[in-house]
Amino acid sequence: MVDFNGWDMPVEYPSAGGIIGEHNAVRTAVGIFDVSHMGDIQISGPEALNAVQHISMNDASSLAIGQAQYSALLYPTGTFVDDVVIHRLGENNYLLVINAGTGEKDFNWVRDNTRQFDTDVKDLSDSYTQIAIQGPHAQGLLQKLTDADLSAVKFYWFTHGKVVDLENILIARTGYTGDDGFEIYIPPDEETGAQVWNAILEAGKEFGAAPCGLGARNTLRLEAKLPLYGHEISDSINVWEAGLDRFCKMDKPEFIGRPPLEKARQEGIQRTLIGLEMIDRGIARDGYKVLDEAAKEIGYVTSGSYAPFLKKNIALAYVPPEFANLGSTVFVEIRGQRVAAKVVPTPFYKRPKKRAA
Amino acid sequence: MKYPTEFKYTKEHEWIRVDGNNATIGITYHAQESLGDIVFVELPRTGTEISKGKPFGTVESVKAVSDLYSPASGTVTETNEELTTAPESVNKDAHSAWLIKITLKDPSEVQSLLSAHDYEQFVAEEH
Repeated sequence: MVDFNGWDMPVEYPSAGGIIGEHNAVRTAVGIFDVSHMGDIQISGPEALNAVQHISMNDASSLAIGQAQYSALLYPTGTFVDDVVIHRLGENNYLLVINAGTGEKDFNWVRDNTRQFDTDVKDLSDSYTQIAIQGPHAQGLLQKLTDADLSAVKFYWFTHGKVVDLENILIARTGYTGDDGFEIYIPPDEETGAQVWNAILEAGKEFGAAPCGLGARNTLRLEAKLPLYGHEISDSINVWEAGLDRFCKMDKPEFIGRPPLEKARQEGIQRTLIGLEMIDRGIARDGYKVLDEAAKEIGYVTSGSYAPFLKKNIALAYVPPEFANLGSTVFVEIRGQRVAAKVVPTPFYKRPKKRAA
Repeated sequence: MKYPTEFKYTKEHEWIRVDGNNATIGITYHAQESLGDIVFVELPRTGTEISKGKPFGTVESVKAVSDLYSPASGTVTETNEELTTAPESVNKDAHSAWLIKITLKDPSEVQSLLSAHDYEQFVAEEH
């Protein structure tokens, strides 16, 4: 167990094969994550949409009830407060799912920046236990435990249904692994959490389900190039640098952070996020320096690891755009040594497309 | 877990097996268990001089990077090449998947290290 922002979190479950076993269970079967540490903010009331539009960079007006979108909260500088998944629960009712490490900061930010709107902002972080069921057999597993028709729920949509005797549970087809899967939001008491967790594990036996910890969650999101706050995104990195353009809707007339992003877009970026695959032996880790041919420091690694499914040593790094050409070679400084790495396309892992039945 | 009684141990979780002036060095069962899946091992070249208590290499699991500390001073005579392609051997059997072999500078240095019994107790107390 590790202390993760006040939560006792397992890094791995050795009985499930440890990080590598857990990671590959998600890629080939199904994995189950206790992600109760994630925070939840509800914005409701007559001006809820206006409030959400003001504090987030994606276009929430395009959301149907029952739909979710990846977005981010930005500072007036165009850099990140946090990334979020916004769910439209009802006509004037939105649920923002945020990171544990940034929970209080996020809630204060949302509350303080929506005061001018006729809305009610609630911190619901303690109202839910969140469990993620991820992998190609996620639907098969969860369908055994719910009356909701999961085949009708598209990626980044959600529904409500009975799950293990609990009525009206939010079931979203979302996740942080790069594979198909669901996240369910159940009552927060320990007894309910344990009961549902055990029921999912039991129902998952026939699919080879593995309980997964924070370690696999990190390697999975890295293979899929999903950003982690404090690594790929932070209060000093802007949207264009992070390559999250398609989630930032500049045709929206106004949102916090928009003006500097407009300017930054015209000026061009100084650095960009690239994917690296190590050529020489060595694992690039968070914070390691990236060097050019002449050993000059050109950037840094934001996340790096052995990738359990791809069986390669991979990393994400910020470098100036002139070093971002696919196929070119850069170097990572590992314990004083220059270790060669190739710039490769990202995401490193893309889930296979479903074959037509 | 039984730790071989013919080995000596460090508080940094390495083991050493002495045979006259020569010795073989590895990491313990407990070390590999706490590290988790080992995916990378970096070892010194043959001929490198290493010193007791000083780092001589690195072992990396998916989640962590750890220095290897030498239980004794000496000169590296051989490294376990198999670990380049199969670092997971250390997880499978830490007490036979050795890392390096050295010629000891001073065989008496080893006497101050932990016995199997003391090491086992040390590991138990650490938790």
